[in-house]
Amino acid sequence: MNPETERGFDAPNEHHLPVDPSVSRGRVPDRAEEEIPELHEVDCPPELQERIETLMGRYPDRRSASIPALWAVQERYGWCTPEGIRQAAAVMRVTPAYLESVASFYDLLHTKPVGRHRIEVCTNISCWMRGGDRLLDAFKAAADGDEDFWVTGFECLGACDIAPMASINQRYYGPLEAAEAGTAIEQLRGEAEVLPEKALAKRGLAGDS
Amino acid sequence: MAHRLEKRVLLEHAEDPALRTLEGYRRLAGGYETLERSYKDLEQDEVLKELEDSGLRGRGGAGFAMGKKASFLPRGDMAKYLGCNADESEPGAFKDRELMQRNPHQLIEGIAIAALAADAGHAFIFIRGEYAAQADILDQAVAEAYEAGYLGTNILGCHRDLELVVHRGAGAYICGEETALLDALEGKRGNPRLKPPFPAVQGLYGGPTLINNVETLSNVPHIVRKGAEWFKGFGTEQSPGTKVVSISGGVKRPGNYEVELGIPTRELIYDLAGGPQEGHEIKAFFPGGSSSPVLKAEEGLDLPYSFEAMAEAGSMLGSGSIIVCDDRVSIPHLALRTARFYHHESCGKCAPCREGTNWTVKMLERMVRGEATPLDLDIVSSVQQNIIGHCLCVLGDSMAMPVGAMVRKFREEFEAVMENPELVLDPHAVVQGAPETLGAQV
Repeated sequence: MNPETERGFDAPNEHHLPVDPSVSRGRVPDRAEEEIPELHEVDCPPELQERIETLMGRYPDRRSASIPALWAVQERYGWCTPEGIRQAAAVMRVTPAYLESVASFYDLLHTKPVGRHRIEVCTNISCWMRGGDRLLDAFKAAADGDEDFWVTGFECLGACDIAPMASINQRYYGPLEAAEAGTAIEQLRGEAEVLPEKALAKRGLAGDS
Repeated sequence: MAHRLEKRVLLEHAEDPALRTLEGYRRLAGGYETLERSYKDLEQDEVLKELEDSGLRGRGGAGFAMGKKASFLPRGDMAKYLGCNADESEPGAFKDRELMQRNPHQLIEGIAIAALAADAGHAFIFIRGEYAAQADILDQAVAEAYEAGYLGTNILGCHRDLELVVHRGAGAYICGEETALLDALEGKRGNPRLKPPFPAVQGLYGGPTLINNVETLSNVPHIVRKGAEWFKGFGTEQSPGTKVVSISGGVKRPGNYEVELGIPTRELIYDLAGGPQEGHEIKAFFPGGSSSPVLKAEEGLDLPYSFEAMAEAGSMLGSGSIIVCDDRVSIPHLALRTARFYHHESCGKCAPCREGTNWTVKMLERMVRGEATPLDLDIVSSVQQNIIGHCLCVLGDSMAMPVGAMVRKFREEFEAVMENPELVLDPHAVVQGAPETLGAQV
């Protein structure tokens, strides 16, 4: 029996920050002790285990690490696989169902397989006005069912200054012409730098232009 | 060189990539001098007083006085927390992205000083997962600040501790709502909580928590360094200071411009952002992100850009994000885009928001397909009225206010689309967005 769960809340961790149990809200992710997998049952890769344990140490309450832990699972397996979720649950001492409920809430955590290259095209107001839908169509056409690519329309990515834009493997590019979608896909296939002149990182301040 | 209408405080030196490093921040901006003085020479109440006197209003959307919010935190030995809201997801807003990308140390210094005012020992930057590049920059800057002794235990030998964690979200607009942000930080699905209790009393892990936006916290070092009087020298009486305004949509030079609050909106849109494209005119604009009621050009362009002027005009300054719609934009399609966003992002906890956003989208889809009746317009309006004020958080209101304003102010345009379905040339308009003739390809 885990003494922590017996008391129903976490003991102060290494930061010695007290966590008041009386105000804990929502479902308790570790009450169903029998559903929490044991580490030896899940075959968790040591690097992943270590990574999640480090993440848990950053928070006064280990459960705060659920999103970062799911990011780690996704990085390792390409998406939040059921096995990966069980492994993270075993390390975090929460139920897999709890982590799954978290993963399914967030748009960037994938509970189904996705391609290696992720392209999110903004179709919200400012990008829509500047041709975001056409850009999305162009990316879909250029990727044309290639399983390496996961192309999707996305809500506002916070880069209306470079509309229409896309996030390609978590980096922002814009403003993009529809024709540049094909270029980007070819560059990704050839492992080349993607649209270097359109990278957000290289833009100056708007007021300086 | 910055434009003559710009007044750069937060974005000063931001054009220099060296500002991102601790060395550059110290050299260019006198970085961390204010933190050092605050930790060594100032008491909690002195910092708090400076912030309260400055009248700094929250830059995340609600515009609540930051110093007052900090003063709500109870005193005592319990663990207190500070949350920096970097979940900027409001359509039209991209100022926090710029501030974190170009000047991460300004934010870290602001957090450290605000933590002193709130007596918080643990701080978190909740950054939206999409901002991966900015989160990497913050990670690096936080590591530098730890290394230099500005974060961690016994900061600068002053017997104060502050842990700062950069926490990446994973894609959910609702996490920018402060109580949903707390749930997400606690490792749960980001559902808003009932208020009260407010986070200042019972927030993260049940402890008193101060939550502020990136831009608000970035202002803190400047206010403590130069004083509340200096800060009040900018802007208007009720909206002191400068504001980084994100301008996008149908303008020639979209981008972030830092100006004194209270400047004429026309100057922001025409002089700084270049005005509409050649041959086009401005029809309407959102003054404060997609959740602010749209203003027609003639009612809004000559207003001063301040919290009070926008509120008086029946809209709001919100996060300070102007989305300009020129004469090519179809307002019914714009309403549909707006409603779809909120429908997608509704967490589903409260019925008026979950159902209201869903049915609003369905009715607007019928309208742009030419399948609606005039009665639908009244039903849409009444649905919006029944959402406002009836949910745990303001996500539903954020759809109801702009959509309601669009139906009210552009009713004839909705009627035209409903009565003349042939105007909608593209049968996939609903899926593919606005058709060429009605929509906008700027």
